[in-house]
Amino acid sequence: MTASVSQVWQWLDQVPDPEIPVISVVDLGIIRDVSWDEDTLDVAVTPTYSGCPATTVISMDIETALRDRGLEKIRIRTQISPPWTTDWLTESGRAKLEKYGIAPPSPGGGPEKCPQCGSKRVSKISQFGSTPCKAHWRCDDCLEPFDYFKCI
Amino acid sequence: MSHALFETLLRLGDNTLILGHRVGEWCGIAPVLEEDIALANMALDLIGQTQMWLALAAEIEGKGRSADDLAMLRDAWDFRNVLLVEQPNGDFGQTLMRQFLFDQFHLLQLQALTDSSDQRIAAIAAKAVKEVTYHLERSSDTVIALGDGTSESNSRMQTALNKLWPYAGEMFVTDPIDLESVEAGIIPDPSTLRDAYMDAAEKVFKLAHLAPPEGNFAHSGGKTGFRHSEHLGHLLTQMQWMQRAYPGAQW
Repeated sequence: MTASVSQVWQWLDQVPDPEIPVISVVDLGIIRDVSWDEDTLDVAVTPTYSGCPATTVISMDIETALRDRGLEKIRIRTQISPPWTTDWLTESGRAKLEKYGIAPPSPGGGPEKCPQCGSKRVSKISQFGSTPCKAHWRCDDCLEPFDYFKCI
Repeated sequence: MSHALFETLLRLGDNTLILGHRVGEWCGIAPVLEEDIALANMALDLIGQTQMWLALAAEIEGKGRSADDLAMLRDAWDFRNVLLVEQPNGDFGQTLMRQFLFDQFHLLQLQALTDSSDQRIAAIAAKAVKEVTYHLERSSDTVIALGDGTSESNSRMQTALNKLWPYAGEMFVTDPIDLESVEAGIIPDPSTLRDAYMDAAEKVFKLAHLAPPEGNFAHSGGKTGFRHSEHLGHLLTQMQWMQRAYPGAQW
């Protein structure tokens, strides 16, 4: 079985990130290329952080999702160059993150506002958080701690 | 050339592997939860970088070994990490001092490696440099916070610096293996990174009210594998025990 490249992109957009299931692997910007190499579908995936344990799970999830759609010959390729950047998060991905309670990356080096109450009075608790891609912040108004998606 | 390239890649991968393991030893026992998570995250980045360096090393060597084989089945004398990264964690301050001393070098090294004539090395460096920029930001902030903290934290940081500073010099020694890779445009000459390192380190020490001990004595023997400190063997007994006890065991 074969499918159009744009169809495959749509399918991939339904594969959730295992750590942040509210966004898809396409939203995350880690799918770098989808192409057919004769009868084999080639999917290039880039890791977010070099040691991110989710990377292996993501490759497995992608393969499972494509097999479920009837594709048989699939090659998942790791591509590290150019390195992943949070600039590749899609607009819809950023909006979904914020709605989920994770402040999206901001070039200022910290979250623009609290994802819960919208206050701009926020302070950093720790440069690292629950996954390699996040830092830990707190709102000084509503006092809720929240995750901030680090900007790299 | 391929021998020098293999050794060069081992030096890169063994530094991140051994430091990653050391930092990982804090997992679950760090002074506060946030620090525990931060240390585990950094260890994870370092192990991830190790996978890329050692996979490339194994491929260059061409003897059918994998990155895992290189990490888990070599003995102490075959490791090529600098002595600094195998030094024990000590207290939290000593761990962060070791981290700062390495991060500052690591960042300068990776920045230069992004221009390597070897495209694959440049690509790994471009990936790692982003993570290490973040590591250095944190380790320098923490060294400053602890050095400029209480008299107790200042004195512990000074003790850590006195202990670890003699291990910093090895990072800037250029040997014949390095020279071969330098001439091929693969790596920067380590000795050329020293000035920028000293400038950056001095700024941090000044803000932290710390001073490195006088003298230029530097321990050596790690990156050449000539003489590791006794700590590396003990570290390997922990890191490698599973593959030693159950050869070929799979996850």
